[in-house]
Amino acid sequence: MASTAVGSRRSRYGLRAVGLVYVGAIVLIPLYVITYRTVADGWSTFWAAISSDEAVTAFRLTGEVAVAAVVINTVFGVGVALLLSRYSFRGRRVLSALADLPISVSPIVVGLALVLVYGPATGWFGKHLSFQIIYALPGMVLATAFVSLPLMLRELVPVLEEAGDDMEQAARVLGASARQRFVRITLPTIRPALMYGLVLTFARSIGEFGAIRVVSGNIQGSGQTQTTTLLIEDKYQNFEPGTYQLAMVLVLATILAIVLTSFRRSKEDVS
Amino acid sequence: MSIETRGIVKRFGNFVALDNVDLTVESGRLTALLGPSGGGKSTLLRIIGGLETADEGSVRIAGVESTSIPAQKRNVGFVFQHYAAFKHLSVYRNVAFGLEIRKRPKAEIKARVDELLELVHLEQFADRLPAQLSGGQRQRMALARALAVEPSVLLLDEPFGALDAKVRRELRDWLRRLHDDVHVTTVFVTHDQEEALEVSDEIVVINHGKIEQVGTPSDLYDKPANDFVMEFLGPVTTLGGRLVRPHDLEIFPHHVDNGIEAEVLRLQRIGFEVRVELRAGADEPWAQLTRGQAEALELAAGSRVWVRPLD
Repeated sequence: MASTAVGSRRSRYGLRAVGLVYVGAIVLIPLYVITYRTVADGWSTFWAAISSDEAVTAFRLTGEVAVAAVVINTVFGVGVALLLSRYSFRGRRVLSALADLPISVSPIVVGLALVLVYGPATGWFGKHLSFQIIYALPGMVLATAFVSLPLMLRELVPVLEEAGDDMEQAARVLGASARQRFVRITLPTIRPALMYGLVLTFARSIGEFGAIRVVSGNIQGSGQTQTTTLLIEDKYQNFEPGTYQLAMVLVLATILAIVLTSFRRSKEDVS
Repeated sequence: MSIETRGIVKRFGNFVALDNVDLTVESGRLTALLGPSGGGKSTLLRIIGGLETADEGSVRIAGVESTSIPAQKRNVGFVFQHYAAFKHLSVYRNVAFGLEIRKRPKAEIKARVDELLELVHLEQFADRLPAQLSGGQRQRMALARALAVEPSVLLLDEPFGALDAKVRRELRDWLRRLHDDVHVTTVFVTHDQEEALEVSDEIVVINHGKIEQVGTPSDLYDKPANDFVMEFLGPVTTLGGRLVRPHDLEIFPHHVDNGIEAEVLRLQRIGFEVRVELRAGADEPWAQLTRGQAEALELAAGSRVWVRPLD
């Protein structure tokens, strides 16, 4: 008995050490280095790097794309999640599998596919359009929304499936219309998952690189389509200063978003 | 408020869940839909409530043709087996839900909810969340919630099915008393014959999508229309090739007219009753005696006796 207890304690510490080393190697140390380089270069360098015209435009673009992708994925994510969890129909499994596709397909491939479809001169759909999608904001939003869609669905579908539709049926018999059932029953049920989905989508969106690189054309100067991640890559490739400082801003934005939700989550657990 | 269904047919793919069901539930009664699982009783209840649509046939509630009225406008109360409590709302808000939807004045809602919470003995739990209640309390809350809107009929789908035996018995008695006070036409689905016999004014036995018999509990018990109803309500055993109730068997230590000779295989005491297992030719019937009867007959394994069904 005693030896098993010691053995399990040993393996517990062993597992803990493995976990710490792993997370340290791939998350903590790189994060530390970025923070260190940002701080070591001094406050004025930081300010200069993040207040240049190209940086401000990049931040604004990143923000616009991310917010648009979050809004689109919230609306369609909730819709598709309800469809997948509440209705059985022909092709449900296919839809469910397709919804996970963006996780397994490389973002570069996503970008190229979008160019082929919506590209201005040669895209089979895009060549008929009078406005530009690729190498402009709509294409960047499209690519980002596509890449981040599964995050919302994967949060919502299990929660909806677990909750079942008993509550909605009960509300229905009590006289609630479809809209009232959604607002009063469904939405409160999925709210924590929805909040978390929003944050994950937002974090993924501001960090998107591959697909957006292909569809944006990475244009600098006037008509800039260069988002923060693309600008960071450029600066890094050209040995220009500001790489770490810009990266730090993205890291901080993500951390802020996650802290905000975990704060909300723990508050909801208490109530 | 009466309920009438005429010619209800419901199919799920090739499976016929309800086959031309005509049912009349009189106003103010407490009626049980009783039958084995998969027999169609829940489906019938859900069609009455509007949660399921029939392929054919019509439903009238309180004299109003309701077949095409959606569930949210039928003004029925529905209680689900797994409570369907609104998890994010307090007990008070759960009960108030239907009234809030109907936009009643706040003061009226409060008065009504307080009254109902008192009726279901949950007044001190008004501010709790459903997760903080026991199963029995949750189901009482669900009942108060259904009654709050003053429904024309109250429909309960296996309301005690998810509760343990003791709570189930308590709630059963309580539902009976509640119905005597409130008098709303009530239909409840159960597969538990004891529950149906004990609680209801009237029992509708449903099997394979058809109504086998409708009657009062004693009608059904004493005059079952067929072997299925007899077997489903109460214990049965076989003697001389026909079904009899074990408590309707007389045992004699000597030969009697119409008596069948039998050998006692085993005696089993269960509380106040004694189960006598017998062998009579090809049948192995069992008889239910009181302790006193068994002792007076001096029964033991291997005794020779004569058995006769009581008429």
